[in-house]
Amino acid sequence: MSAIRTVVRGAQRRRVATIVIVAATAMAVTATVLAGLLLAASSAPFANAFAKQHGAHLTAYFDAAKTTKDQAAATASQAQQAVGPFPVTTVETKLDDGPGRGPTLPPMQVAGRATPGNDAIDKATLLSGHWPRATDEIVIVRTNLRLPAGTALTLTNGSTLKVVGEARSISQTAQGWMTPEGVAALGQTGWQMLYRYADAGSETAMTAHQTALGAGVQTQSWLGVRADAAHRTQLFVPLLSAFGLIGLALAALVIGNVTAGTIASATRRIGVMKALGLTPAQVVRACLAQALIPGLIGAALGIVAGDLLAIPLTADVADLFGTVPMSVTPWVDAAAIVAAVLVIGATAAPAAWRAARLRTVDALAVGRTPQSGRGRLAARLAARSGLPRSLSIGLAQPFTRPARLLVMLLTVALGTAAATFAIGLASSLRLVQAADQKPETSADVLVLPPMDGSDPRVVLDATAGTGSYYGRGPADVTVDGLRQAARGNITVGDARAAGYDMLAGRWYTAPGEAVVTTGFLTATGKHVGDTVTGAGHGPLTLVGEVFDGSANNHLYTDAASLPNQKDQTFEWYVKLTPGTDRTAYLQALESKHLSAEATKAEGADGTLVILDSLTALLTALLVSVAALGILNAVVLDSRDRVHDIGVHKSLGMTPKQTAAMVIASVGIPGLIGGLAGVPAGYLVHHWAVPAMAEGAGIRLPESTIDVYAVGLLAILALAGLFLAAGGALLPAGWAARTRTAVALRTE
Amino acid sequence: MTPAAEGVLPADDRGAPASLASPTMIDVVDVSRRYESDQAALDHLSLHVAEGECLALLGPSGSGKSTLLNLIAGLDRPTEGTVTVGGTRVDRLSEAAAARYRRATVGLVFQFFNLLDDLTVTDNVLLPAQIAGKSAGSRRRAQQLLETLGIDRHADAYPGRLSGGERQRVAVARALMNKPPLLLADEPTGALDTASGAEVRKLLIDLHAEGQTIVMVTHDEVLAAAVATRTVRLIDGQVAS
Repeated sequence: MSAIRTVVRGAQRRRVATIVIVAATAMAVTATVLAGLLLAASSAPFANAFAKQHGAHLTAYFDAAKTTKDQAAATASQAQQAVGPFPVTTVETKLDDGPGRGPTLPPMQVAGRATPGNDAIDKATLLSGHWPRATDEIVIVRTNLRLPAGTALTLTNGSTLKVVGEARSISQTAQGWMTPEGVAALGQTGWQMLYRYADAGSETAMTAHQTALGAGVQTQSWLGVRADAAHRTQLFVPLLSAFGLIGLALAALVIGNVTAGTIASATRRIGVMKALGLTPAQVVRACLAQALIPGLIGAALGIVAGDLLAIPLTADVADLFGTVPMSVTPWVDAAAIVAAVLVIGATAAPAAWRAARLRTVDALAVGRTPQSGRGRLAARLAARSGLPRSLSIGLAQPFTRPARLLVMLLTVALGTAAATFAIGLASSLRLVQAADQKPETSADVLVLPPMDGSDPRVVLDATAGTGSYYGRGPADVTVDGLRQAARGNITVGDARAAGYDMLAGRWYTAPGEAVVTTGFLTATGKHVGDTVTGAGHGPLTLVGEVFDGSANNHLYTDAASLPNQKDQTFEWYVKLTPGTDRTAYLQALESKHLSAEATKAEGADGTLVILDSLTALLTALLVSVAALGILNAVVLDSRDRVHDIGVHKSLGMTPKQTAAMVIASVGIPGLIGGLAGVPAGYLVHHWAVPAMAEGAGIRLPESTIDVYAVGLLAILALAGLFLAAGGALLPAGWAARTRTAVALRTE
Repeated sequence: MTPAAEGVLPADDRGAPASLASPTMIDVVDVSRRYESDQAALDHLSLHVAEGECLALLGPSGSGKSTLLNLIAGLDRPTEGTVTVGGTRVDRLSEAAAARYRRATVGLVFQFFNLLDDLTVTDNVLLPAQIAGKSAGSRRRAQQLLETLGIDRHADAYPGRLSGGERQRVAVARALMNKPPLLLADEPTGALDTASGAEVRKLLIDLHAEGQTIVMVTHDEVLAAAVATRTVRLIDGQVAS
C-alpha cells in the first residue's frame, strides 16, 4: 500500500498539474450538474411545477352579488379536495409615474389569501419580497413586465397599492394577492374556490365538473392552463436540451482527458516503482487511486459550484417556462458524481491496465523517448514549412500523442459549436422579436387617430417630409370553421411598407385578398390560394402566408375587404422622405392638431432578456470548460516535454519563442476544432430553432434561420483557435519561464 | 571515421590554436552558486580560459563542474561573482538575452545527447540555425557538418536508430551548427561504450586542433589527458588544482 501511496503522492507533488486537473474536473462537473438540471427542468416542466404546487384542477369564480360565502364553500363537497372561498376583486391600476401619468396596466384579478403556500391547493411560490401584511400591500404575478418590490400602483380611485413581492401560481388562479381584508377594502366582487379532482385528465371530465358548479359560475380548467404552458415551454425545450447535451458531452470529454493524462504523466514514476517491485495489480490500484483522488476533489467542488450557479440558472429557466424554480436537486448532484466517477473509472481503467502491462524498461524511458514513429511525418513536414522553427515545432507536437490531439480537437469543436449555436440563437430570436415589433420599427412616425374623427391624410399630404404612409386598425374577422374570430388587421393604403416577411405567396394588392399567419392556416386547415368566408365580409382569397412573430390567428387585408368595419379608426404609419428632421416633422403635425409620435423599437422583452442571460451563462460555462480542458491538455503535454523544452532553450530558443512554440502546439487542434465546431453549431442551430418555432406553432422565414454571415462564420471558426490559444497561455508562460538548467535536469 | 586530413570543421570555421598570447575567452571571477538549501555548489571560484584553449574540468560528483558549465552557458546564474564570455557579462543576461547569447556564442554537447527523437538527424542539426532564424545556407552547412563528422549516411534517420557514438557526433554537429566560438561539453563520453568514447575523443582532439575553444566536464582522466591543454580539478565548489 505504501508503494501505491508513493505513486499517488508523486502526482500530487506536481502542484500545477494537480490544480488544473481538479479545476478542470470541477468545471466539468459543474457543467454536468447544470446540464442535468436543464434536462430535468426541460422534462415536463408544467407537470413538475403543478405537482410541486399541488395545482388547482379547476378555479371557480362566484359572483358575490349572487352567491354567499357559505354557498361557495358548499361546492367543496363536489371535489376530492377544495380550498376557499377566497375573496376576489378586479383592480385597474397604473404605474405611479407622477400625477396623472404612468402607463395603465391590464386589469388584475386579485385574490385575498393570508399566506402564499399554506393552503392545500395552489401553493403559490413567493419569488421575491414578502407576502402582504397590510391592506395596501399587494404581491403580483411575475410577468415579463417586472414590477419590483416598492413599486406603487395607482388605483382608479386615486389610492395606491404597494407592491411588496412577486409570486407565481402555476394554476394561474390570480394576477395578484392581497390580504383578505385588503380585498374587502377594495370592494370584493366575488369568491374564489380551488378544486382538485380524482378524474381531471380529460376535457369531458373537466366539463362535467364545470357544469356541476352551475350556470353563471366562471371557471378555468387546468387543461387550458396546461395547453398554454406547453405552448410556451415547447419553445425552449430544444434550446435547453441542446445546451444540456453539449455540456454533458464536453464534461465527459474533459474528465476523460484529464484522467488519461494524469495516468500517462505518471508512467515513468510507475516504471521506477515497477523496477523496485510493484506488481501489475498494484499499478492498476495506484493508477485508479491517482486519478480518482483529484477527480473526486474536483467533482465535490464542481457539485458545490453547480448548486450555487443553479440558483440563478433555475430562476431564469423558471421565468422562461413560467414555472417555479427547481431547488437544489440531490438526484442531479448524485447523478453528476456517479457520472464523473464512471467516466474517470472508464478512462482510468484502460490507461491503468496499459500502464500495468507496459514493460518496465519502456515505462522508464517515457518522457525521454516518445513512442516510435508517432508524429514524425508531421515533424518533417513542419520542418519544411518555412515557418519560424518555434512555430513549426509547436505545430507538429500534438501528433506525437494522437489520442490527446483528438480529445483536444473535440474539446475545441464542442466549445466552438456551443458559441456558434448561442450566437445564432440570439440572432434568430432578435429577428423574431423584430418581426413582432413591426410595423413600428419599419415606420418613422406614428400618427394617432384624430379625436374629432377627421381624416389625417389631408394633413399628411400637405406636410413637407411625408414620404409614404398607410393606415392600420384592428378588426375581429369571423371566419367559417374558426370557433373564435381571427384577429384582423385592416389597412388603408400600401401596407407592404410594414415590411413583414412572407413565408409563402405575396402581400395582398386588392380588396378581397388577404394574407394570414401560419397559426391561421393551421387552425382553419386552409392553404395559400384557398378562399375563406364568414359573416360580415365577402370571400377572402388567401394570397400569402405572413410571418409577424406571432403564433396566433392573424389576418391582414385591405379595409375595403371588410365592409362591416368601415367605421374603424386607423393609426397611420408614416415613412419620411430622406433628410427630413423627424422632430421638426412631429412639431409640424402638432401645429396642425395631429397627435403623432416617433416610432421606436420597444426594448428587448423579458423573455429575450432571460434567454440572453441564460445563453450567455451557458455559453460562458461551456467555453470555460473547453478552455480548461485545453489548459489541462497543454499542461500535461508541457510537463511531458519539459526536457525537450530545456533542449530547445539550451540551443538558443528565447522565452518568447518557447511561449510561441507551446501556443502553436494547439494551433492545429484549435483550427480544425474550430472548423469542425462551426458547422456542428450551425447544424444544431438549424435543428433547434425551427424545432422551437414548431413547438410554438409558428413557421420561421429563412431570414430568421440563415443568420450566419460568411464573415461571422469565419470569425467563429477562428474563435476555436483563440479558445485553444487562450487555454495554452498559462502553460506557455510557465514553459517560457522555466529555467533551462532545471528543465534539462527534469526527467 | 573522421577524415582527419580534411579536418573536422569546415575550412571557414577553423581558427588558430591557442598560444600564450591568445585573448581571454572566459573570465569567471569570484563566482558562488548556492541553492535553496544554502549549500554552495560553487564557492568563490575564479577561472580564465583563453581563446583556442581546451580546458577539462575534473572532479568528483557534486564538486560543481556541471554548475560551472551551466553558468558559462548562461543556463543558470551565479549567486555572487561575474561570468564574462567573449566580452559579454553572461551573469547579467535576461532569459531572452541569454538565449541569443547561446545561439551566437555557445555550442552545447550533453552526456545523454539530448537529441530530439521525433526529428531526423538533419533536422536536429539544423535546429540551432532555425531557432536563430537563419535559413540561407544552413541546410548546406548541416550537410557539410554531417559529412565531416562522418555521419552523413544517417542524415534522414531518426536518432533512436543510431549508436551512442553516432548520436554524440550528431550532437556535436548540432553544437557546431551556428559556428560558436565556444564548445561546452558535459561528460561527452559519459554515456558511451569504449569504442564510441574513443571516436568522440578523437573528434574533440581534431576540433581543438582546428582552433575550437572547448570547455569540457568529465570524470574521464584519459579523455582529459588526451584532449585538454589544461585541466582544472574542482572539489566542493572550489579549484583544488
